[in-house]
Amino acid sequence: MTGQLPVLQVLLPLLGAPLCALLRSRVAAWLLFLLAALGSFGCAVLLAQRVATAGTQRYSVGGWTAPVGIEFVIDDFNTPVLLLVSLIATVVAVFSRRSLAAEVAAKRVPLVYACLCLVLAGMLGIAVTGDAFNAFVFLEIMSLASYALIAMGRRRRALLAAFRYLVVGSVGAVFVLIGIGLAYAVTGTLNMADLAQRLGGLHGNRALYAAVVFVFIGLAVKMAVFPLHAWLPDAYAQAPSAVSVLLSATATKVAIYALLRFAFTVFSATLVFGVMPIGRIGALLAVLAMLIGSAVACFQTDLKYLLAWSSIAQIGYIVAGISLATTAGVSAAYLHVINHAVTKAALFAAAGLLVLRLGSTRLDDLAGFGRRMPWTFAAVVVAGLGLVGVPPTAGFVSKWALATALLERGQWPVLAAMLVGSLLALVYVGRIVEVGWFREPSLVTVMNRPPVSMVAAIWFLVLLSVYFGLDPTLPSSLADAAAAALLSDGGE
Amino acid sequence: MIGSHYVYWLTFALMMIGLYVVISHGNLIKKLIGLSLFQVAVFLFYISLGKVDGGTAPIITEGTQTYSHPLPHVLILTAIVVGVATLAVGLALVVRLFESYGSLEEDEILRRDTTDRDGVAS
Amino acid sequence: MSDLLATWTSPDQATALPVIAALPLLAGGAVLLLRRHPNLREAASLVGGIALAVAVLGLWPAAGRDLRFELWSWLPGLSFEFALEPLGLLFATLAAVLWPVTTVFSIGYLRGNRETDQTRFYFFVALTIAAAMWIALSANLITLFVGYEIMTLATWPLVVHKGDPDAERGGRTYLVLLLATSVGLLLPAIAWTWLLAGSTDFRPGGLLTGHAGTTVLVVLFTLYLFGIGKAALMPVHRWLPAAMVAPTPVSALLHAVAVVKAGVFTVLKVAVYVFGIDTLDVSGAARPMMWVAAVTLLTAGVIAVRSDNLKRRLAYSTVSQLAYVVLAATLARDVAIAGGALHMVAHAIAKITLFMCAGAVYVTARKTRVSELDGLGRTMPWTFGAFLLASVSVIGLPPLGGMWSKWLLLMGAAEADQLVMMLVLLVGSMLALAYLMPIPVRAFFRPPPVAPLHGEASPALVGPPVLTAIGCVALFLVAEAVIAPLSGIPELSGIVELP
Repeated sequence: MTGQLPVLQVLLPLLGAPLCALLRSRVAAWLLFLLAALGSFGCAVLLAQRVATAGTQRYSVGGWTAPVGIEFVIDDFNTPVLLLVSLIATVVAVFSRRSLAAEVAAKRVPLVYACLCLVLAGMLGIAVTGDAFNAFVFLEIMSLASYALIAMGRRRRALLAAFRYLVVGSVGAVFVLIGIGLAYAVTGTLNMADLAQRLGGLHGNRALYAAVVFVFIGLAVKMAVFPLHAWLPDAYAQAPSAVSVLLSATATKVAIYALLRFAFTVFSATLVFGVMPIGRIGALLAVLAMLIGSAVACFQTDLKYLLAWSSIAQIGYIVAGISLATTAGVSAAYLHVINHAVTKAALFAAAGLLVLRLGSTRLDDLAGFGRRMPWTFAAVVVAGLGLVGVPPTAGFVSKWALATALLERGQWPVLAAMLVGSLLALVYVGRIVEVGWFREPSLVTVMNRPPVSMVAAIWFLVLLSVYFGLDPTLPSSLADAAAAALLSDGGE
Repeated sequence: MIGSHYVYWLTFALMMIGLYVVISHGNLIKKLIGLSLFQVAVFLFYISLGKVDGGTAPIITEGTQTYSHPLPHVLILTAIVVGVATLAVGLALVVRLFESYGSLEEDEILRRDTTDRDGVAS
Repeated sequence: MSDLLATWTSPDQATALPVIAALPLLAGGAVLLLRRHPNLREAASLVGGIALAVAVLGLWPAAGRDLRFELWSWLPGLSFEFALEPLGLLFATLAAVLWPVTTVFSIGYLRGNRETDQTRFYFFVALTIAAAMWIALSANLITLFVGYEIMTLATWPLVVHKGDPDAERGGRTYLVLLLATSVGLLLPAIAWTWLLAGSTDFRPGGLLTGHAGTTVLVVLFTLYLFGIGKAALMPVHRWLPAAMVAPTPVSALLHAVAVVKAGVFTVLKVAVYVFGIDTLDVSGAARPMMWVAAVTLLTAGVIAVRSDNLKRRLAYSTVSQLAYVVLAATLARDVAIAGGALHMVAHAIAKITLFMCAGAVYVTARKTRVSELDGLGRTMPWTFGAFLLASVSVIGLPPLGGMWSKWLLLMGAAEADQLVMMLVLLVGSMLALAYLMPIPVRAFFRPPPVAPLHGEASPALVGPPVLTAIGCVALFLVAEAVIAPLSGIPELSGIVELP
């Protein structure tokens, strides 16, 4: 039984999806998603323990051994992703019951849960797979389900957001496919470990360069790296709240994981960051993302758009860490992935509660909400301070780690951009506080009691981010181990 | 160069045509057509990778020694499924967009969106 | 008690540091638990205050020893750590001793005024004092910064205590200005310091010494001084007059002692331990800010003279007097720094007296304007007697504590060859004379417009200001002992003598 954990992890949500769609019952679908998420989280915890004690776990799907068959690999590098994704999914499951009931037509709710199961399966699949083509397939499972989820938003603009994301996302996915195809053409294998081995002696091959470029551009679309971010604000802002929470916390993060996997394990750091100028390009894009993302966020008139633009900026921080290609940089990026996921999930969840109780996330409609909902407001402020990176929040811990890593390499311009980005974050978080507390409350607001499940989910995330701020040992050690694992077999 | 790799050039041209359609056309259906072209071009590229000179289809029959490489074919079978699914989701979205906005032109949809920002999906 | 004190000063007494920071929190917890019993609640607050004062005073014998206590090691190169150090000891003593005094006054004020939400009031005061202790004992900039932010957040509910639109407007200016400066300027300055020096520890001789050129030092110093919004340099001083919407005990304790002194204390710490007095002196990095401090000192004085509202006048007087301490830091002389530290103490005791007197007048006579005070001194002699003594101390005349600090400051300015600054200091004192003296003069010598219907304020209201006024006199006598621990700072080893 325990030997089957890697596949069970993905299978649980994958099987949950058709059941949700077939049962057509809201409660049953919700329960299935919750169980699938909990089950995945349980698998992730058990796997993490096994990896910690027994080292890397390999699992051949269907008994076909690699490189012919598909292999699932669990190592220090993907256990944090598995834990993060399944944990957030569990929290979203708790959060979603009341949130979706309020935002999505009753007949569509089971289908939403089916799609949520598929997204979860896709994300976990990307994380566990050791096969390049399989990664593409899981990426598409995740993406297709998320297009459908975004389209479930309350406003008709959600449809357009989903369509645009579909077009851009599909182009991105096909780019990944071309890249993988080129790598296959050069090596004749699709297994990541095998690819890494065979690509080792092929530096200078032009098809290989093209493969790297295609894979990176494709994944950059999924990560919403500036300037390929255009799909993100609409998609996150228009999706139903529970979906926003899940996607903002995990979808881009999984793409980042895939990018790191390809960059360090498959193509090797020497090729990507040594021979090719991807590190420098990444740093440049990161700086632009930090500055432009934060600046645009300052001018948003809707809370969810504001948070979405802030995500674009935060992805910039992560990319900056990756572009250093050092252990410290990758570790800092990884840490920021974890901390930002938790913080941003808390904020989107709070936005979801606001939708439920005030019917809107437009800043004008949120005037004075803090005085009526002081606890929600407190959660927003604490998480917002995390976005700015005020000590002792989790956001500060990862930015500090990133600053150390940048300093190690003397990347002063990036450091300066980071600082400016943080100041801009102060401005946009300040705007939320200003609107939420200091403006006179509008009279039209309808108040009802907040559902315990949603409040619990929000505060769980907020407290988790506070805990990660005060005692960063757990995320730091996970990130350090991941970076060490990645750079040891990436061979720098 | 072109002589030996002409298939690559053809697929590359097809890809660019598809991408161009996606970018240049405002009509949502045409965008999806472009997307499909783009995907199909990549499929063709994959399939051409598996071609072995003088080989036949990879089905074991009497009298043949050389077969084309079957793995790319299998992969593309999966990719085609993905492509079909993408197209299906895309078309479903287009249908709902048309129901909500009464138009298939992106410009027109955006224009109606600015006049009624909070329009509810049908 | 003496046994306790003996163990307090034993070699491993470093544990005393976190205990001191935790004591006000315990008192705050007790306040919350006893919310249904007002008398017990206030007793808890008072007992906590006295215990804290005793505990902090018990640290004085250990002033020369390098006590350190690491709370927890947070990140590589960053930890939350407490250390006992002379400036911090002064600040901690100040806040700890004045807290129980203010508590007595608060009891009289809040009950006399029938204020609501008194539990909230006592709780957040306790929290603020905890933050003050945290700041005073911080061993590095990051620890200090966290305490600094907690203090801003903990005082905000006190500022908006009344809950009316005025209070909210004031509270908004307060919060926005203090948070924006600290996160926007102070935190980047700390990060930059860390980048340059690889540490944020307060280090004798200056953390940045040898790590930065003059230009960087100038920019950093400017960032620090404007970032420390609590020091109320113009133009970031606006939060202080805005905070005057708070109940008077809050203005007394927080906006004369804890909050503003946390600001100037941080300025002194930064000047001495981050930049280093010698580095500041040699590089001249503090010169530009010296002028900002001088302008603030004079402008605030002029505004105070022109203000009729008593609390507003006192608020601008505070802005002006805080600028003295900042000026002391920018003069970069050992004598001036000692003067700044002493001024921190002298002004705190005097200003808390003035605010408490203003509060007593408000509760008893319902007067808030200077022009309404005619003849009140005859019915409230004790209140205005205390006011007079404290005024003289702020102005800096003998025989009151305020004289020594201004003396040391003048000496510092002379030593630094800053004649203009000497003039500024003197004009500042003239302005203080102009804005403070008319108040007791009116009260004692002008005839009352109508026969007053009230007598002297209640004992709880008049006792504390009289006590602190006596403190002003006592400071004149013990000033040398007060600044004696400062000789523990290497650069200040030779300044303990007063004429």
